[in-house]
Amino acid sequence: MAYTKAKIKDLVDGKIDRDTLHNMLSTPKDRERFQIYLEILQEQVEWDDPIILPLGPKLYIVQRKSDKKWVIRSQAGHDFCDWDQNWKLYARVRVRSTPQQMEEIYPRLMAPSPDWQVIREYFCPLSGDLLEVEAPTPWYPVIHDFEPDIETFYKDWLGLPVPERA
Amino acid sequence: MNIQAKVDTRGIVRGGETLKQHRDRLMEATRRTKHYAGLERLEMRDSDPIKYNKLFSRLRAGVVDARETAKKIAASPIVEQEGELCFTLYNAAGDSILTSTGIIIHVGTMGAAIKYMIENGWEHNPGIRDKDIFCNNDSLIGNVHPCDIHTIVPIFHEGELIGWVGGVTHVIDTGSVGPGSMSTGQVQRFGDGYSITCRKIGENDTLFRDWLHESQRMVRTTRYWMLDERTRVAGCHMIRDLVQEVIAEEGIEAYWKFAYEAVEHGRLGLQARIRAMTIPGKYRQVGFVDVPYAHEDVRVPSDFAKVDTIMHTPSEITIRGDGTWRLDFEGASRWGWHTYNAHQVSFTSGIWVMMTQSLIPTEMINDGAAYGTEFRLPKGTWMNPDDRRVAFSYSWHFLVSSWTALWRGLSRAYFGRGYLEEVNSGNANTSNWLQGGGFNQYDEIHAVNSFECAANGVGASAFSDGISHAAAVWNPEGDMGDMEIWELAEPLIYLGRQIKASSGGAGKYRGGCGFESLRMVWNAKDWTMFFMGNGHISSDWGLMGGYPAASGYRFEAHDTRLKELIAEGGPIPHGGDTDPQNPVWDGQLPDARIKRDKQAITTEAMFRDYDLYLNYMRGGPGFGDPLDREPQKVADDVNGGYLLERFADSVYGVVLKEAGDGMKGVDLAATEVRRQAIRKQRLAESVPTSEWMAEERQRILNKDAGVHVQQMYAASFKLGPRFEEQFRAFWNLPADWKLCEADLPIPSYGREYSMDISELPDVRTVQFVEE
Repeated sequence: MAYTKAKIKDLVDGKIDRDTLHNMLSTPKDRERFQIYLEILQEQVEWDDPIILPLGPKLYIVQRKSDKKWVIRSQAGHDFCDWDQNWKLYARVRVRSTPQQMEEIYPRLMAPSPDWQVIREYFCPLSGDLLEVEAPTPWYPVIHDFEPDIETFYKDWLGLPVPERA
Repeated sequence: MNIQAKVDTRGIVRGGETLKQHRDRLMEATRRTKHYAGLERLEMRDSDPIKYNKLFSRLRAGVVDARETAKKIAASPIVEQEGELCFTLYNAAGDSILTSTGIIIHVGTMGAAIKYMIENGWEHNPGIRDKDIFCNNDSLIGNVHPCDIHTIVPIFHEGELIGWVGGVTHVIDTGSVGPGSMSTGQVQRFGDGYSITCRKIGENDTLFRDWLHESQRMVRTTRYWMLDERTRVAGCHMIRDLVQEVIAEEGIEAYWKFAYEAVEHGRLGLQARIRAMTIPGKYRQVGFVDVPYAHEDVRVPSDFAKVDTIMHTPSEITIRGDGTWRLDFEGASRWGWHTYNAHQVSFTSGIWVMMTQSLIPTEMINDGAAYGTEFRLPKGTWMNPDDRRVAFSYSWHFLVSSWTALWRGLSRAYFGRGYLEEVNSGNANTSNWLQGGGFNQYDEIHAVNSFECAANGVGASAFSDGISHAAAVWNPEGDMGDMEIWELAEPLIYLGRQIKASSGGAGKYRGGCGFESLRMVWNAKDWTMFFMGNGHISSDWGLMGGYPAASGYRFEAHDTRLKELIAEGGPIPHGGDTDPQNPVWDGQLPDARIKRDKQAITTEAMFRDYDLYLNYMRGGPGFGDPLDREPQKVADDVNGGYLLERFADSVYGVVLKEAGDGMKGVDLAATEVRRQAIRKQRLAESVPTSEWMAEERQRILNKDAGVHVQQMYAASFKLGPRFEEQFRAFWNLPADWKLCEADLPIPSYGREYSMDISELPDVRTVQFVEE
């Protein structure tokens, strides 16, 4: 089933009506969603480098217009690294590792015990947007959570031309 | 002699194969062609799709109908209220064709039991005949935990076996060391309660008397046990009758073809959905949960088990260009001396419960999805133990906490493609489990196992909040149950039931909140209860800026003088103690002995009438940056009891103002200023990740972490050399940095020595995953 751009925008904005949502959940997926979704997201960012793949509400893989490199970029416009690297290694991080820091987020007793689990918040260095939260034990390596195979996705799964990559 | 030889070689399966020959042929063809049973074409589905779908619809409806009808026989509220039962139809090889609603993890577990019977010659001894009844709950061959009791009935047509039907219910007690179905006190299988390995318990549709007499005295809750069994038998017989009716109308050839094509259809369906919904690539995530056994309120029989440990499951999902996928759990923890171990089948089969809620939300739930997935579970891990002593009674403690990470992986794919409606930050840790026993209000030996946590909070999506007090990952049909029914089943009166404020993880969309029930012991004798849930660790991380759900704690109060307080007409605890940081009830019970702490797992403690127990159900994790949450929603959360007021400011940067009638509204201008200030504060208090890594590396070099943390890494390194290699490379550790369990100041029994069930004489185990 296909949906109008307006309906998909409603979904992106968290305002989707229940009937359409039910259709989206219960009927086969609309293959063209991806392109309409990219159009909507592209209209919402303040830069015009093409979005190749959204990684989060404020995080994208984009094709940088100036040099055609694929990079990971925040909504605010910070380029972290090449598309296939772990962007969190190039972010700013705050680690909550004391009860006082935990109790800014949770009531006492409902917070993790910091000698068992810490909370790592990864921020965009430009805006301070919170892009990801990890909650592992101390010492845990920063997780490279997603390595998409964009070429196969575009070419073989969606039948789309693969954006040029420098 | 010739006549005798003929009898020996003709098997019971339709066409004359033995069960073993039949399964071997199917598996060989599956390996050779990469299609289930070698079915490179679905002849019946393609040539007569209407008949195929008619068969499917009729059988599926019948299986669901059997569940709905049979559950009315049960007396146990776990089955009758919560719907903790499931029926599955299998082909002759023990592969599931279709399943009912309910606890569909058992789509695989009962099949594993059938395959165990096939591989171990049950056909010849004890023999498999029309109208036989078998029972199984053995977790060493694929069951989830001993309280899931399987009834398995073969289906014959004209004297030949054409399939099986299995029914499962979650019983309230299995006679383990402690009362309740998922008890904590035992550390080995021998304390897990009654264990039955594919035993023939009846023939000619009649249960054996020795079985009835033995089984009813092996458990505490005899009446529930016996009615649960009748539930399972009735459902199985309904489905057997249905199959026979379908064959009478459509012909045996059609049914026989359907029974195999449906599995291949399920496999192809999964592959198609993977391509339709995800993105090829690699997804990595991790789950943890705490096992805080060093505490004085955890009384276990063995010193070597009395240690704090952390269970760890890293996972890597690889989705390939052809729509196939592989799930690798390299680095997972070793099995342990607790009841949180799992068999490979329950670990993998349970993943289908999750997938039916997003990736394959169809009625075609069968073993096809399992054949379409490559799992790698290293042998010796908690989800693929290599020791026959391991206990399983609460395998869910870490099953739910491991799987919640997989939601995050798949949700990255759904988010990337714009299928935001499928994004789920994770499930809740489905606890607390209120359990215990003694003599109940009817003066009978009793055990309780409240299933209120079939209604935890749901993880947030990418377009809306998670649903509050609504669901549990293990039962898509779950329900919290009626208080009145629980009060009939348990000598525990409800003093209050309310939303658990701030239990859902914060985010642009917050996790659904759990709820809590305050129970007062009433009319019980020689009564005990204990707690079972996560405490030090929140197992459910948020996604893309969302925070983890809150973790757990316990509240119990003894010597409350509530009898006198009630007589005096003074205030007593009901609801209202919403913030454990600022407790209210403690002041209302000045003389009580109160335990309010992070020890969310305990063993049997003594309770008397008028003692209190708080049953706190966890929330789900959040999605997206909380500063992007619509401010009015934050005010609504405070007004509705979903969020403690002070977190409107510290987490969401929302400045509230009085809106009349005691309600809160939003000061939008002040909120904008506050949010800007928080963003600045974030940047001021954070450092470049590389800078933090240098400090953390030094802590690793100094071995600066709790022993429980070090034990977790050391155990994972031993079983997961690739995990260790990646850890060392990430932190650039020198070659002389070593971390071995043997060097830690806690015991690690099981580290070097283990003995698998397969090492027992005359036992052939069935391997379902790459090890």
